[in-house]
Amino acid sequence: MIEVKDLYKGFEGQEVLKGIDYVFERGKTNLIIGQSGSGKSVFLKCMLGLFKPDRGTIAYDGKPFSSFSDEEQRELRKEIGMLFQGGALFDSMNVEENVMFPLRMFTKQRRKEMLSRVHEVLERVNLEGTGKKMPSEISGGMQKRVAIARAIVNKPKYLFCDEPNSGLDPKTATVIDNLIQDLTHENDITTVLITHDMNSVLEIGERIAFLKDGVLAWKGTKHEIFKTKDEAVTDFVYSSDLFQKVRDAQQQGQ
Amino acid sequence: MTYLHSIGEYFLMLKGVFGRMTKTSVLRNLILKEINDLIMGSMGIVAFLSFFIGAVVAIQTALNLNNPLIPKTLVAYAARQSVILEFSPTFISIIMAGKVGSYITSSIGSMRVTEQIDALEVMGINSKNYLIFPKIIAMLTYPFVIAISMFLGMSGAYTAAVLGGFVTSDQFITGLQEDFTPFHLTYAFIKTFMFAFILATVPAYHGYYMKGGALEVGEAATTSFVWTSVVLIVTNYIVTQLLLS
Repeated sequence: MIEVKDLYKGFEGQEVLKGIDYVFERGKTNLIIGQSGSGKSVFLKCMLGLFKPDRGTIAYDGKPFSSFSDEEQRELRKEIGMLFQGGALFDSMNVEENVMFPLRMFTKQRRKEMLSRVHEVLERVNLEGTGKKMPSEISGGMQKRVAIARAIVNKPKYLFCDEPNSGLDPKTATVIDNLIQDLTHENDITTVLITHDMNSVLEIGERIAFLKDGVLAWKGTKHEIFKTKDEAVTDFVYSSDLFQKVRDAQQQGQ
Repeated sequence: MTYLHSIGEYFLMLKGVFGRMTKTSVLRNLILKEINDLIMGSMGIVAFLSFFIGAVVAIQTALNLNNPLIPKTLVAYAARQSVILEFSPTFISIIMAGKVGSYITSSIGSMRVTEQIDALEVMGINSKNYLIFPKIIAMLTYPFVIAISMFLGMSGAYTAAVLGGFVTSDQFITGLQEDFTPFHLTYAFIKTFMFAFILATVPAYHGYYMKGGALEVGEAATTSFVWTSVVLIVTNYIVTQLLLS
């Protein structure tokens, strides 16, 4: 569980995050949605410790991140898996080496044990037999799955995903969404996922935080988001023609 | 102010490079890979340039010795002094700033653009140490490259001078040994070590702190070459002033 209290962050006098309070629950896919420039990425980077908040606290399982010693921060980072927007796979390593990387850095396992775990997670993301390929030799969707495999290989307690579906076709995007949700449930991970893809909201939005201009404007579930009368949320949700048509069809059906 | 900021940032980067170390077994593999990429990968061009530079220096010297009172051994003497003191350490380092420097800037810059450096940081890895320290250690073998360059430069001079009929083999060997000052070699290798550090760290700085996309990676590589060359030339001047004046 990650608890965020009264979080403020600004750059050069301009406030980006303005007093965010939110709890990311364990074993659930927690989505952060909002328009571009609403502060989602800054929020994520604050949680990852890449940005230092101006005010407020971020607590991992009850312990504020700011109170962690350097050693404790390093230990915490070993329990974090991160899926970057572009995958961020290491170009100089093949798929197997990419996935093995966290194990090589943080464990004292023998190579045979590491390889066994790598093959296990590659199988879990349906990428058996691709271990020797270089990232440039596989598709964007496969790269995302390799990145997921790398993020979960060390059995993290927290999984952060920055727009995992960007640049993917709808079918592959659904596969990635479902994979993230399944892994969250199987391993009881606290998953935090940034997206502005409404299909993802429909698929895996177990808990949703809607950011608008750096403020937490709404929170709820995927079932609640389509019923809310909150103008800011409805503006965002129904900005797509498809969702407008779904809503109109539902209203006509009623 | 921008320059001062960059200089400060460069030294802070160096502090980070020698900060928390990467796991030894991982570091060992990274160093071997960098030696292969940075040093072994440059041997071909260094050998080619050194041989022909030595040859040209010998021919130019021979063609300009019109006075019969000047001994022919001066051809080898001049070639030796030019190659050992400047052509091998400095000229080859400028070439390396283009080859190795651009490679270092673009490889680290691409990692910055594609969030690979962020990925390292999120995992709790000291990205400066992981990326730059192995390059510095690999470049410690750079003086071997310069030693080979000196040998090939003199071989080129010998080939051009003797086969070109400018001097006899005996005259060349005599000239090669004439008034030899061992400290000149020490001076050359002291500055080579300093150049090696510059060649590893200045391009790494330009790659590590670059902002933008693919286009900016190219710009960073060009800027890196310019600044690495400037720092090399200024360092060369200061070291020569301090050690030889």
